Amino acid sequence: MNIDSIKNGIVIDHITAGRAMQLYEMLGLDGLDCCVAVIQNVPSGKMGKKDIIKVDSSIDINLDLIGFFSPNATVNVIRNGKIIEKAHIDLPERLVNIIRCKNPRCITTTEQEIKHIFVRTRSGEYRCLYCETKAN
Amino acid sequence: MRHIINILDLSVEEIEELMDTADDILAHPEKYNEVCRHKILATLFFEPSTRTRLSFESAMLSLGGQVLGFSDSGSSSSAKGESVADTVTIVSGYADIIAMRHPKEGAPLVASMHSRVPVINAGDGGHYHPTQTLTDLLTIRHEKGRFENLTIGLCGDLKFGRPVHSLIEAMSRYAGVKFVLISPEELKLPSFVKQEFIKDKGIEYKQSRSLDDVIGELDILYMTRVQKERFFNEEDYLRLKDTYILTTEKMKLARPDMIVMHPLPRVNEISTAVDDDPRACYFRQAYYGRFVRMALIMKLLGVRAK
Repeated sequence: MNIDSIKNGIVIDHITAGRAMQLYEMLGLDGLDCCVAVIQNVPSGKMGKKDIIKVDSSIDINLDLIGFFSPNATVNVIRNGKIIEKAHIDLPERLVNIIRCKNPRCITTTEQEIKHIFVRTRSGEYRCLYCETKAN
Repeated sequence: MRHIINILDLSVEEIEELMDTADDILAHPEKYNEVCRHKILATLFFEPSTRTRLSFESAMLSLGGQVLGFSDSGSSSSAKGESVADTVTIVSGYADIIAMRHPKEGAPLVASMHSRVPVINAGDGGHYHPTQTLTDLLTIRHEKGRFENLTIGLCGDLKFGRPVHSLIEAMSRYAGVKFVLISPEELKLPSFVKQEFIKDKGIEYKQSRSLDDVIGELDILYMTRVQKERFFNEEDYLRLKDTYILTTEKMKLARPDMIVMHPLPRVNEISTAVDDDPRACYFRQAYYGRFVRMALIMKLLGVRAK
């Protein structure tokens, strides 16, 4: 299967296989009016298989969100058909307004306009800043 | 400006300093009865807690300060839908320090993000209750004379019992401490508390469903109430509430110098007949609470006795 190369835009590569559609929705790519390609189960030497998202437009994307959902992903910025920047995504220290706390006793369930913040612990898991419930 | 949301907001040295101040207040209360003159404590209690609220208010009044506040959310603007952030923004213009209890976990942290004066967490749901822990620590220091080399049995609701989590966090910083976790399967200590504050620190611990089997090993028995308000399902509460009842018979199995602590209020988990045993120190524990809160208020307001 061939997907055309893009001239100006971004390519999110090495997405954990099966997560591209979820990431597509979380990044709000469904709201764009440019070409967006979601390619799933691409053969990969390192990963066995991977997903890729290509966006044919230069947009700002939330790297923390990508890092949380697919920590091995890379983001390539394309200008005039060439990669001008390649970002390896690390697990972010904090997730702000990316996921919500599911603890019904947490203040985030009732407090209006509060930022939903999760903090990465020493063991690498994310816990709600307010009630310390583990992110699911 | 400091806020105290979690007991770990205080270093071991700061805790020692608070204990020393509390001891001095106990010995010389007259030195302290004007140190907070013209200062105001706001007690914002979004859920009822007679003991903690009165202890805070008594502490501030004993320091010569004044108190304002409310004792349940029905008598506050939160009943009209006001956010914690807005309430605290307003109140921090009326008071010099705030003590807040709230049923939602993390509410005092939110308050501290919006307050212009120090916020003390007076209990947030099943989460933290640092001044209870300070009370517990002062009790241990008075009754046992040390924090090191103690075997501490924690009995009852270890899942929702916030004093238990905070006490483990605080005591895990001292050498030679060993924990004995006594609970039914459904109320076991949350795995992340066990991992972070016991296993990761290499602290010796054991788990038991039976109080009788382990009571003879303990220097301290910390009893807790199975709290009805923490259950979504009344059936579970009724099934678990009477799992452990400390009686004079069980006390015969304990060491002569073991102490029994309880954050109170108790329901029936300690028989009233145990109250006469000199090892029962839960009423002395409640008494100490006022003095350690006095010490904490002074520290956060930056005032000292002359």
